Formats: sequence, structure tokens, C-alpha cells
Amino acid sequence: MQTIQYREAIREAMQEEMRLDDRVFLMGEEVAQYNGAYKISQGMLDEFGPRRVVDSPISETGFSGLGVGAAMYGLRPIIEFMSWSFCLVAADQIINNAPKMLYMSGGQFGCPAVFRGNNGAGGQLGSTHSWCVESMFASVPGLKLAIPSTPRDAKGLLKTAIRDDDPVFNLESERMLGLGARGDKDFSRYIKDTWAPPTNKQDEDFTIPFGVADIKKPGKDVTIVAAGRPVHFALDAAEELEKEGIDCEVIDPRTYRPLDIDTIVKSVRKTNYCVVVDQSWPFASVGSEIAAQVYEHAMDDLDNKVIRVNNDDIPAPYNRTLEQEMLPNTRKIVEAVRAVTYNA
Amino acid sequence: MTPGNGPDSAPEVTPEPGQGTLMTSATTEDRVKTPASQSLPKDKLVDMLYQMMLIRRFEERTMQAYQQAHIGGFCHIYIGQEATAVGTVAALLDDDPIITAYRDHGHALARGMHPNYCMAEMYGKITGCAKGKGGSMHMFDKAHHMYGGHAIVGGQCPLGVGLAFATQYEKKNNVTVCFFGDGAINQGAFHEAMNLAAIWNLPIIFVVENNGYSMGTAIQRGTAAANDLGAKAKAYGMRYAECDGMDVLDTYNTFKREGDLSRGSTSSALGLEQSGGGPCFINAKTYRYQGHSMSDPQKYRSKDEVSEKKEKDCISTMVSHLIDNKLATQDQIDELDKKAKQVSRDAIKYAEQSPDLPKSEMFTDIYSQPYGPPFVKGALPKMITDNNSGD
Ligand SMILES: Cc1ncc(C[n+]2csc(CCOP(=O)(O)OP(=O)(O)O)c2C)c(N)n1
Ligand SMILES: [Mg+2]
Repeated sequence: MQTIQYREAIREAMQEEMRLDDRVFLMGEEVAQYNGAYKISQGMLDEFGPRRVVDSPISETGFSGLGVGAAMYGLRPIIEFMSWSFCLVAADQIINNAPKMLYMSGGQFGCPAVFRGNNGAGGQLGSTHSWCVESMFASVPGLKLAIPSTPRDAKGLLKTAIRDDDPVFNLESERMLGLGARGDKDFSRYIKDTWAPPTNKQDEDFTIPFGVADIKKPGKDVTIVAAGRPVHFALDAAEELEKEGIDCEVIDPRTYRPLDIDTIVKSVRKTNYCVVVDQSWPFASVGSEIAAQVYEHAMDDLDNKVIRVNNDDIPAPYNRTLEQEMLPNTRKIVEAVRAVTYNA
Repeated sequence: MTPGNGPDSAPEVTPEPGQGTLMTSATTEDRVKTPASQSLPKDKLVDMLYQMMLIRRFEERTMQAYQQAHIGGFCHIYIGQEATAVGTVAALLDDDPIITAYRDHGHALARGMHPNYCMAEMYGKITGCAKGKGGSMHMFDKAHHMYGGHAIVGGQCPLGVGLAFATQYEKKNNVTVCFFGDGAINQGAFHEAMNLAAIWNLPIIFVVENNGYSMGTAIQRGTAAANDLGAKAKAYGMRYAECDGMDVLDTYNTFKREGDLSRGSTSSALGLEQSGGGPCFINAKTYRYQGHSMSDPQKYRSKDEVSEKKEKDCISTMVSHLIDNKLATQDQIDELDKKAKQVSRDAIKYAEQSPDLPKSEMFTDIYSQPYGPPFVKGALPKMITDNNSGD
């Protein structure tokens, strides 16, 4: 079976869409001559040239706003943030301009742009560089938010994002870029059918629709909802809990906006227990939103309260041990599942 | 006929022989000496006057309607500055993109938006240019290449750069005009936009409509080198020009000259053959007669200052020019003003009679394809439905 890394999946998605549509271009810091700060866009300058793979200066407001303007004109920009942590200086452009343009203009000017980059703790980068932006942005009407957890999802979701007529925030993870490489932990043991990347690497029509959750591991005893990197913590937890006889169902929404609440609710109605994992901060988070919606839709099916597992409510520490401790890690998920299912 | 809005405006934008479209820098000085407006046909000049009159009368009606509470929110009046929008747009091609800030009614009208749609927008009616979803500060008109009024100070500057990037990317022979107020010069977004435009030789003109104040802050209080704004352009290695923004012909000439230099510029940094004069920063010196918005007691300036500025009024100046040069008679001018008043009254009537924005419009235009109840209808109705169905 052919496997591709998460970073290759992102690259392939961009390459394939750029071959199909001349309006698509990639812009960001170090994406061209440097071949990508994280080597995601490696080789793309060679293939597409400097008209379509554009090195921008360190000017997030400038080039993300440029992306919005170019999208209003009819191009399909892919704007790369070296890290989503750096998008904060461009907040006006990405959350005031991009998602509201269609509405404010009465449907005349949309914004078919993709903003993408690393999200979440990269590994001892300290608080400024460890932002998880999903909870800040998922509440903004007009944008879509994808958060792929596997190479397969990364490719399929990004291709959908590029084809989408609305602004899409694609939240990737520095810690997952090498995922899928040889020697890496083989997650296919969890879900034999859906894990593998498309066998035909050049399959240009492989896309994953937004708003369709993926059951990363079927189970009958408890529902764990997780997206992005925490999916892997959840799968690890599920493996550990299996030894205790707890059969977890791990559901990956893959996009927070739109959110496939139906699949989550269906699972909760089956398992009657729910743990929501989310790598952003707990107060008013996407995890809180999912928990609230589970209550709204499936209150009567719950045999215990919903437990949320988040980042701890602190700025991300530099210290390695503390950083690990702060994340919604495997141990926390295991404990949450034990706690929520104690009355099973 | 609206400038830049019809087949008969095409001849004006075709450069005269020997004046070339691009990079004929040797001729720049000559062209200052022989302004392009000298070869404008009479009709065009008269139309420029009419456009300014229309904006003035339209804005007077706007103020009335605001005071009568037909218009809500923030509303910024353009009176005094009409020559800047009209002179600029007159020098553009039909499909040159323009983008501006929230003081945008004048730009919309000058670009060719029907006054009815502009007024209806402020009334929040479905017939408004943005269906009543944008309001006074957010005038959009795709058909006339008006990429919006934008209400976050400076926020439209990077968007303007994106438009210019896009026309260059598509190898179009356009120039984008990005308007903003003097207050926007102090925003980071402006500086990032200037820098990007310069490094990529983008076909864009940044226009500061320098009316001397950002709300109550005189430019000298808020902007370093306020008396030498050319320094800002120089910092980015960019062309700089000044014009009398209260003189429609001077504005026209400046934008014609600089617009032709910038038009269709391309950059080798973006893999194209380097050509064209790239971006330009134009300081259009102007003055607003009214308060910053409809709720401004104007304690920061004297009545004398305002009346002194009014002596250089753009409409009177143009009227004198037309009469002195026997390009129009007083009767014709009176007729034009009558027409401007009538069109403005009609716009009010149209707005009043238009249907309100229906509630069904609340959930449209959020996404280009409607999907999923949580986004189109909100989560709550769905939950109630579920409960009702006994789930
Ligand atoms: C980022 C931001 N800060 C503050 C405001 C509030 N505000 C609206 S207009 C304005 C003054 C802007 O003046 P200027 O740019 O000179 O334009 P003018 O009103 O003179 O046309 C201010 C402070 C805003 N809209 N956006
Ligand atoms: Mg001002």
C-alpha cells in the first residue's frame, strides 16, 4: 500500500488543483525559493514558476488582505501562514474582510480563498507560537474551518477547500507533517478501510466533503469526539482503554464549520457516553460548543454528563514536561473516559 | 452619461499620440504642462460638473433622510470632496477596479451606480446595491467594478493590492485605484499595502483623500511628516504626486497621467516581463464641509476655516471654468442642477417605496452555497424541531 506523508498530502492537493485551475496560486512566507519553511511547498516553484508560487515578505496583514482582494476579483488564492499563530496580526483581513464580504456586498463579491498553515503547539515554542485558533474562529459566520488529522483527510479536505467558493481556514499541524512516513506509528491498525491515502497518488478527483465526520474507530461503549492532532491522542487512549474492556468510538468531525453534529449525536445515542477532546482552551471553545449541542440533541440518551478535555487554561509553557501536560493528551483522555463511564 | 460608464467614454482614455501608455517618463513633465483635460470634449467636461452636482444634491438629501431617521447607523457625507471621486473616475477605464473607505456614496455615484440603488441601500431596502446588508459605509457594485466601501480604517488597502495583483496575474491592462482618508496613513495595513505594491510593481494608485482631519484629529497631530507625505512614497521607492482634490480638472489630469503610467504594470518578481511604472501614491488635498459623520459637533475646527475652504468649492470652480471658456451657459448649468435635484428626490422616493429587506434574506449570502441547518437557520430552530418530532 502506498502511503504519503501529511506534508506531501497538502502539497499534492495544492499541485493537483493548480494544474487544474490557473486561477489558483500559492502565496506566503518562504513558500517559493526556500521551498517552504516546513517543506510543504517543496518543488512547487520549479513546477509553477514565480507567477503562481509567490514569496511574500513578512507582512501577514498585507498578503492575507491581498488574498481577499484577489479572491474578490475572481482568483483562488492559497494563503499560507507559516503558523496560524502569526495570523493574529492579520485579524482584520481574515475575520473582518474575508468571511463577511459576500454578505456585506449583498452576494456580489465572495472570497474563494484558502488560508492555511500550522496550528497548535509545535513543540516547546512558548505561548506566542503555540496558538490553537479553532475556537477563536469557528464562531465566525461566513468562513469554513477544516482541521485534518490524517494525510488522507489533509489531501481530500484541502482539495475541497481550494474548490470551495467561500473562505476556508485549513488548520494543519507541524507535529503531524511527517505523519504517514515509513517507520512512523501505523494508525491503520485502528481503521483498516478509511485510513489509507488514496492508492492512486494522482487521483485528481479525490475530495472529502465538508461537514462529514469520519468515524476513526468504531466502538460501542463511549463516544470520543476529537479533531486534528488530538485524534491521535484519542486513538492511543482507545487502545489503552480496550485493555480495560472499554470499547471507544472515535469520531473526527474533520471540519468544525460546518459541523457534522448528526454523526456525533448518532454515536452518542448508541454509546450513551461522550467525551469531547479539543486542543484549544476550554472557555467558550469548540469543545464547549460540541458538548452543548450534544446536550441539545441527545440529553435523554446520555447516561452521564459530557466531559471535555482541553488544553489547560494557561498560556502554553515552554517547559517540555509542562507543555505535554497542558495538551489534551492521552492520559487525560483515558482518565476522562474512565470517569464518564464509571456508572456503565 | 456617467464618466467611465459607457461606450462614449472610451475615446477619452485612449492616450493621445506621442503620450504612450507606459513608462514614457520623458514625457511626464510635458504632460504636466499640457494637461490631458485640454483635449477633453465639451460633453465630458459638462458631465464632470453634473456628476459633482449630483453627488452634492444627493448628499443633501441623504442628510435630510438621516435626520428624519430613515437612514441609520454611521453615515459620512462627501460634500466638499466631490472633485476627487469624479476627477479620478473620469480618468479611468470602465473596468478599472476601485475600492474606498466608508465615505463612499460619492465614489459609488461617480463610478456609475444608480442613485436609486445607493439611496435604497442606506434605507436598508432589498433594492439597495448590497440588498440593504451593507448600508452607508459598504457600497458595492460589481457591474461598475466598485469593490466596496470599507469601514475599518485602512483595511481596504491590502484588498486594493489584491485587486491590482489579480489584474496583473490575469495580464489585464488595468489600474486599481485605492482611496482612503488621511487617518488611514497611520495604519499598518496602509504601509504593508504600499510595500507589497512596490516590490511587485503593481498597477495601483493609492489615493489619500487628504481632508486634513481624521474625525477630530488634525493630520499634524496624528501623522508624522504631515506636510511632506511624499516622504511616505519615497520610503517605498514609489512615485508620488499631489493634486488639488477640490479641482476636478487638476484631479483628472493627475490621475490620467499617473494612471497611464501605472496601468498594466508587471513585475519580473512575479515571473512576468517587467514593465510599466508600477504603483503611485497621490495626495489629493481636499476638505469636507460637513462633520465627520452625522453626529459630529465639530469643536475641532473654526467656522472661519470652513468658510475659507468653501471659497475654493469644486462645483463653483468648475462652473466658472465652463462659463469663462464658453463651454456652457448659465442656463445649461441651472438645468443640470435642476436635474441633479430631481434625480436625488427620485432616489429618495425610490428608496421610500422599495420593499424592506425581507426576513428571508437574513440567512442568504453567508455562504455561496447554502448548506447545513446550523449555518443557514441557526442551531436553535433545529433543536426545537427535533424535540417536536419526539426524538
Ligand atoms: C480601525 C478603525 N479604528 C477606528 C475607526 C473609527 N473611525 C471611523 S472613521 C475615523 C476617522 C478616519 O479619518 P480619515 O481616514 O481621515 O477619513 P475621513 O473620515 O476624513 O474621510 C475613525 C477614527 C474605524 N472605523 N476603524
Ligand atoms: Mg480625513
